[in-house]
Amino acid sequence: MNAIKSLDDLQKIRDAALAKRKLGETSGSKQVIVGMGTCGIAAGARETMKSVLDFIEANNLENVVVTQTGCIGLCEQEPIMQVVMPGQEKVTYGKVDAEVAKKIMKEHVTDGKVVQGNVITI
Amino acid sequence: MKIKRSMVLVSSDPHSLDKGAEAVYQRFSEELKAFDLSDEISLSKISDMERSDVAPFVIVYPEATVYGPVTPDDVHFLVEEHLFKGRIATRLQAPTKELTGKIAWLSARSGTLPAEQRIVLERAGVIDPDSIEDYIVHDGYQALGKVLTGMSPTDVIELLKQSGLKGRGGAGFPTGSKWQFVAGTKSEKKYVICNADESEPGTFKDRLILEGDPHSIIEAMTIAAYAVGADEGYLYIRGEYALAQARLLKAILQAKQMGFLGENIFNSGFNFELHVHGGAGAYVCGEETALIESIEGKRGEPRPRPPYPTTNGLWDKPTLVNNVETLANVPPIIRNGAAWFKSFGTPTSPGTKVYTIMGNVNLTGLIEVPMGITLREVITIYARGMKDGKQLKLAQTGGSSGSIIPARLQDTPMDYDSYAKAGVSMGSGALLICNEDTCVVDLAKVLLNFFRFESCGKCNPCRIGNQRAFQILTNISEGLGSMNDIDALQDISKWLFEMSNCGLGQTAGSPIKDILNHFREEVEAHIQQKECPAGVCAMSGKSTQTV
Repeated sequence: MNAIKSLDDLQKIRDAALAKRKLGETSGSKQVIVGMGTCGIAAGARETMKSVLDFIEANNLENVVVTQTGCIGLCEQEPIMQVVMPGQEKVTYGKVDAEVAKKIMKEHVTDGKVVQGNVITI
Repeated sequence: MKIKRSMVLVSSDPHSLDKGAEAVYQRFSEELKAFDLSDEISLSKISDMERSDVAPFVIVYPEATVYGPVTPDDVHFLVEEHLFKGRIATRLQAPTKELTGKIAWLSARSGTLPAEQRIVLERAGVIDPDSIEDYIVHDGYQALGKVLTGMSPTDVIELLKQSGLKGRGGAGFPTGSKWQFVAGTKSEKKYVICNADESEPGTFKDRLILEGDPHSIIEAMTIAAYAVGADEGYLYIRGEYALAQARLLKAILQAKQMGFLGENIFNSGFNFELHVHGGAGAYVCGEETALIESIEGKRGEPRPRPPYPTTNGLWDKPTLVNNVETLANVPPIIRNGAAWFKSFGTPTSPGTKVYTIMGNVNLTGLIEVPMGITLREVITIYARGMKDGKQLKLAQTGGSSGSIIPARLQDTPMDYDSYAKAGVSMGSGALLICNEDTCVVDLAKVLLNFFRFESCGKCNPCRIGNQRAFQILTNISEGLGSMNDIDALQDISKWLFEMSNCGLGQTAGSPIKDILNHFREEVEAHIQQKECPAGVCAMSGKSTQTV
C-alpha cells in the first residue's frame, strides 16, 4: 500500500473504499455485525460470533459479510448483533447468545423475517 | 410501584411561583386523576432551569417538551392532548433551543429525544475498529490532512481555544491553553502523552473509545504533536485494557503503513512516532506526573508541582498530557470548526460529555449527551428511571474522586460552571445512581477503603489520613462512633485536601465532606442512636479495626 501524501490521496482511498461498499450493497450482500467490545466479549460475543460463522459454513451461505464493531453503549444488552439486509434499515438485536444467533441467522438473514423477541426497541 | 410512562415537571422557582406555578401544579394533579392517568404519569416540581422567560413552565418527559408560560386553564388541554392523546400541544410549546447530542444506542428514536449528536462516539459501535479503511470512509484522517496541508500550529491552537474545549479527564482545564503552554516552551524535544489510564471505578468511556475507534486517538495525538511541536508520543493505557491495547497496536501499524504516522506525514516534513505503554494497575498512575514517572520506568509516584509537565514533563522535556475523550473531540472540531462545536452544550461548557451510568436504575450503559443536561434527565430518559420504582437518594459522579450529589441537586445542569457553582465536581463521567437503600457511611467507607489501598504512600497526609478516615468510618458503621469522630473526619478531609501532594489525596476527602454536608443526620444517627437508617451497616458493636 502506498503511503498517503496529500488530501487527494486520502480522497482516492476513501472513494475506492466507498465504491467497494456500494458494489457490496448493489450485489445484495447481507451484513452481520457483532459488538466485540470488552463488555460484549464478557457477555459471550465470541460464542455468538462463532455461532454465526458456523451457521454460514454449515449452510453454505453466500453474500453474507460478517464484521465486528466496538461497544455501542448499551452494555446491558450485550452480546449485541446487528443485521443489515440489502435496502433495509439496520436491525439491532440484544442478548444474542449462540442459540439466538443461530435463530437470527436462519430466520432473518436466510428467510428475511425479523426475530421479534430480541430486537432492541424502546 | 409501577414504572411510569411519562413524567411531568412543573416549575417551582420563586419567579414561577410568583406567576402562579402552584395553581398549575394543583390543576395537573386534578386533571391527571380525572383522566385516570395518575398511575402512569408522575408529577413533580422542578426548580432552577434557567427558563424564567417562559415561567411558569412545564416539562414533559420522555419527549422533553417544554411548555410555557402555562396558566391553570391550559392544563386540561395539555393533559388531554399530550398525555391522553399523545400529541405535542404545539400551541403552548415554549420557544426552545433543543439540546443536541445522541444517546448511543437509540438510533431508532433519533429526532424525538432531546439529544441527537454524537461527537466522540460518532464511530464507536459503527465501524470495524480493526479496519483503517472503515475509519477513512467515516471522515477519518481528514482533520490530520487539513492540519498538515493548510494550517500552522498557531492556527490549530487558536481554533481549539475558540472552540472552548475543556479537558474531559475531570479537572476541566481549557485544552487550547494547555496546548499553547507546551507550544510556547522552547525545547529541542517535546512529547505528547495520551492518558488512557482510566482507573476511576465505574468509568469506562475511554475504553469504549479506544476499543471502538482507535484511529481517532492516533489522529488526534498526531495533530496535537504538530500543534505543540513534538515528534514523539506515548499512549499510556491501563494494563487491564488488553483488547484496547491490541486494537491500538494494530491501528498504529496500519497508520504507519498508510503514512499517517512516521516520517514526512502528508509531505509536510512533520514526523511523529507513537508508542503504546501499558500501565500495571496502579490508580495513582492516572495522575499525570505519576504517569510520566511510570513511563520513565520509575515507581509511579507523583512529582511535586510546579514545575508542571508543560515545561518539565517526560524526561524533563515539555510534555502535553491529554485525556482520551478530550483528544477524541479534536478531529471533529478541526473538521467542522469552532462554531459548530459551540452549538452543543452550554456557552461556557460547549460540546458533549460521555457518561457511564451504573447503579439502581433500569438501564445501565454509556451515553454521550450535551453538556448541561441534568441528572434527572439522564435518569429519566436514558436510564429509564429508577429500578423497582425506588427513589433517588444520591448520585456519585466521576468515580471515587468525584462528588456525592444529593437528590435535591438533580436539576443542576451538568456542566463545569454549574457544577462548580453548586460545589460539586464533574469528575471523569461515571454516574453511580443510588436509591434510598444506600447508606452514606457505608458508601464513604467503601470509597476510603479504595483510597487507602491506592494511596502511593509518598506523602503523609494521604498515606495516614486515608487509613485513619477508613478506620473511623468502620467504627461508626459498627456502632462504635462518637460525636468527636465527626470533627476528626472533618479535620482529616480538610488536611487531605490542603496538604496532599497530588490529586489522589486532594480528592480522597471529598466523600467525607459530601456526606457530612448533605447527610449529616444520617451519620449522627449511626453515632447517637446506634442505628443505620438504611439498614446497611452491621452495627455489631464489635471492633473490627484492621490495618
